[in-house]
Amino acid sequence: MSLSEHVFDAVIIGAGGAGQRAALQLAQSGKKVAMVSKVFPTRSHTVAAQGGINAALGNSGPDNWRWHMYDTVMGADFLGDQDAIEYMCKHAPDTIIELEHMGLPFSRNEQGKIYQRAFGGQTLNFGGDLAHRTCAAADRTGHAMLHTLYQKNVEARTHCYNEWYAVDLVKSVNGGIAGVIALCIETGEVVFLKSRATILATGGAGRIFQTTTNAHTCTGDGLGLVLRAGLPLQDMEMWQFHPTGIAGVGVLVTEGCRGEGGYLLNKNGERFMERYAPHLKDLSCRDVVSRSSMIEIREGRGLGPKGDYVLLKLDHLGEEVLKERLPTVMTLAKTFAGVDITKAPIPVTPTCHYLMGGMPTNINGEVLTVNKLGKDQIVPGLYGAGECASVSVHGANRLGANSLLDIVVFGRAAGLHLEAALQSGIEMPQVGTAELEEAMSRLNRWNFSQKGEDMHVIRTEMKMIMQKDFGVFRDGDTMNDGLKKLQALKERLAHAVLQDKSLTFNTARIEALELDNMMEVALSTAVSAERRKESRGGHSRIDFPDRDDAHWLKHSLYFGDGRVGERQVSQKTKETAPIELQLREH
Amino acid sequence: MLRSVTSLTRSGLRDWLVQRITAIVLAGYVIFLVGFFMLNQPMSFGLWTALFQNGFMRIFTFLALLSMVYHTWVGMWTVLTDYINCPRFRLLLVIVIVLSLFSYLAWAVAIVWGLR
Amino acid sequence: MAKTNVTLTSSNAGMPEDRQLTVSIYRYNPDVDKKPYTQDYDIHTSEFQGVMMLDLLEALKIKDPTLGFRRSCSEGVCGSDGMNINGKNRLACVTSYLDFSNHITIRPLPGLPVVRDLIVDMTQFYKQYEKAKPFLQNKNDPPVRERLQSIEERNKLDGLYECILCACCTTSCPSFWWNPDKFMGPAALLWAYRFVADSRDTQKAERLEALEDPFSMFRCRTIMNCVDVCPKGLNPTKAIAHLRDEMLKDTS
Repeated sequence: MSLSEHVFDAVIIGAGGAGQRAALQLAQSGKKVAMVSKVFPTRSHTVAAQGGINAALGNSGPDNWRWHMYDTVMGADFLGDQDAIEYMCKHAPDTIIELEHMGLPFSRNEQGKIYQRAFGGQTLNFGGDLAHRTCAAADRTGHAMLHTLYQKNVEARTHCYNEWYAVDLVKSVNGGIAGVIALCIETGEVVFLKSRATILATGGAGRIFQTTTNAHTCTGDGLGLVLRAGLPLQDMEMWQFHPTGIAGVGVLVTEGCRGEGGYLLNKNGERFMERYAPHLKDLSCRDVVSRSSMIEIREGRGLGPKGDYVLLKLDHLGEEVLKERLPTVMTLAKTFAGVDITKAPIPVTPTCHYLMGGMPTNINGEVLTVNKLGKDQIVPGLYGAGECASVSVHGANRLGANSLLDIVVFGRAAGLHLEAALQSGIEMPQVGTAELEEAMSRLNRWNFSQKGEDMHVIRTEMKMIMQKDFGVFRDGDTMNDGLKKLQALKERLAHAVLQDKSLTFNTARIEALELDNMMEVALSTAVSAERRKESRGGHSRIDFPDRDDAHWLKHSLYFGDGRVGERQVSQKTKETAPIELQLREH
Repeated sequence: MLRSVTSLTRSGLRDWLVQRITAIVLAGYVIFLVGFFMLNQPMSFGLWTALFQNGFMRIFTFLALLSMVYHTWVGMWTVLTDYINCPRFRLLLVIVIVLSLFSYLAWAVAIVWGLR
Repeated sequence: MAKTNVTLTSSNAGMPEDRQLTVSIYRYNPDVDKKPYTQDYDIHTSEFQGVMMLDLLEALKIKDPTLGFRRSCSEGVCGSDGMNINGKNRLACVTSYLDFSNHITIRPLPGLPVVRDLIVDMTQFYKQYEKAKPFLQNKNDPPVRERLQSIEERNKLDGLYECILCACCTTSCPSFWWNPDKFMGPAALLWAYRFVADSRDTQKAERLEALEDPFSMFRCRTIMNCVDVCPKGLNPTKAIAHLRDEMLKDTS
């Protein structure tokens, strides 16, 4: 097989916040780095993050990264690894200051410092009053961040493969990762990007659900890559449903709405979160608020012809505040719900938003697998950062505005670690024809498919199953049923056909390749969700309504061949005592 | 920064400024003439030649003519660089336009100052 | 317990009535087509969910997977799906078919080479963006904490930093059509001013000097097509005017 080879020190797959932060680190230190993205970098889904990014800067009164850590551990329902959470919260202020120096146009307070707003689950003094910890650029923080990072990469002259699609990882002869097969979407050219190390920063996979706040491009590509390379995924049952997706369309309106003083209402006009969570009310953790909304809807207190949404009230904040702090929400509500938020509430419903699970990594971003003895093992030449990774700082439920933080902190950490590793020398991996052929097999399968089913049908069915059987509330019987249907679908997908074999910007080919990955992610979610027999964070089971620390205070693992396993949750903090196990406000 | 040898001042800012200033001069000149015609009805050849015997009017006219030359240079250069893609042909057109503009200027000066 | 009167003046509740649309789409796949052509698709709006042009295109793509267009966020913030709908450049994901008659025409953004169907080659657009040096430059050593910026100073960036690089403005600008290699276009100039206006940037003079030639910025004839089409409601023409003012202040 003649496959042209492009050789780099590091190849980064994905150009969202994590990928770009890592790329910047390596480009600035003069490494030969390539950033591969299936969309132009500023179109990555980081751009859609609205509310902000958490850091205990203390710009609106005293704050402490340990309080931030406490909130994150509690929010994660104790499934987060405390060493990673400690690292993230401790490095948050420096990371934000660094972004400010890069030019990120943060909103400002009266003293000219970065403006910080209240957000869900953020408290002072270990569970006390609401903290104002979320640094914001109006309600366009993700956009401002992604553009700033891209601009710095332009300055650093990072080598970009824009609109190139990563097909599969290539293994090296000694079992590590040697790079990736990449497909130029515009021309159809296929090359082997060979590198000393590969960083996966491919983001989320929300598109496996019918309704999601995620972009069309959030198809879990990195997760599929990892599973097919024989590596595990962790906590794949842990999906976050955002309480305020615009009903019927799934477009997100930020938690910042409630941070600025908005609240939810049921059809009786009752501010129902006061009943479910008397302390934090509408600013409780997202899993709590989403569950509460769903209970309201299920018990007949929703609105609309189908009674399937609740309302987010904002008009009492006044036009001036709304215009200054929530301009995007204003436009989105107008465009997608026909609502003028200065006058009327927005119809909202819990909507699939974020994957807490992903490829297990350590705090340096190195991807982990487990050996036969169940011990963690670093995969040579492979890093992961951002939503596709599970460090795990979010455990069973992510706090709002911790995701922008996660991507920059661990994008940077992966970059720093790899920079040092390259400095001390990483050997160029050896690759044989067998490994290359294996990595090419999936693309070849589609390219040579002659007849079979249309993949759109399979995709639609998969999304319906996920939506129906793996939503906010889950139950053993329906999950088993859903799992069986998914397994049958995967079999059908293996025989589906790609009709259009043309080379130039063939989006049908890309969608087929994406569906392979989505199917892997859907299955890993189904298997892991069915298996975890408790309710924790974003995973709520009707048949097992309580948290079960005795049996399930552990990460669940899933391998592509169907094998499952577990990993310990880390409590090994460095500078501060680990947060002790306790129940959250419900 | 991009360069162009055929633009009037070779600076976008200066070209832009020249175009605005010359436009004001031309507008002033036109308004003055219209006013002169309206205030002096019926107009006669005598009044007309008397006006141009005036030193101020001669200088004003010269300024207006110069403005027309510069204004046209900037404007036509812009139009040509938009629509004429062949650089040789464009250069030729610019040269023809600029030469004719200065010929007109010389001719007009000769008329106003009565040079023979 | 707090109670509030709930009034919904308007909402997305209930599907709009079914309509049969004819959508004429510019088609060109260089692998198989000798030249571009227009293809008409008939579709009932009851066949798909949502009222946006992107929802419509996604439904058409299921019928005809060869149809090519870019899309990602579907909420108007990633800037992928700029296209010319009924003669005006817009984002498909935030443009509703309810605003149009039953016959809709979709063409790629004008002024850039077509790669396939509604997908254009944006290389030239990105090159011009990079020409604006779109990154903060500050030659002083950074402080330990954030660089301070007053609310008033920060307000100057509003209406500038929100650009999503969708190219709707630049590809609606005749000055860019005629000189795509020399005139930077409204989007790039908006970004140029975003950094000139930033109190934290120290390279204002250098930035202005780089725009002084007769082409890069001064090709703007203030026809304001860019303002008319910007899906984020930004005003590049005003940014260009500000740049010119700054230049005059700086040099006269």
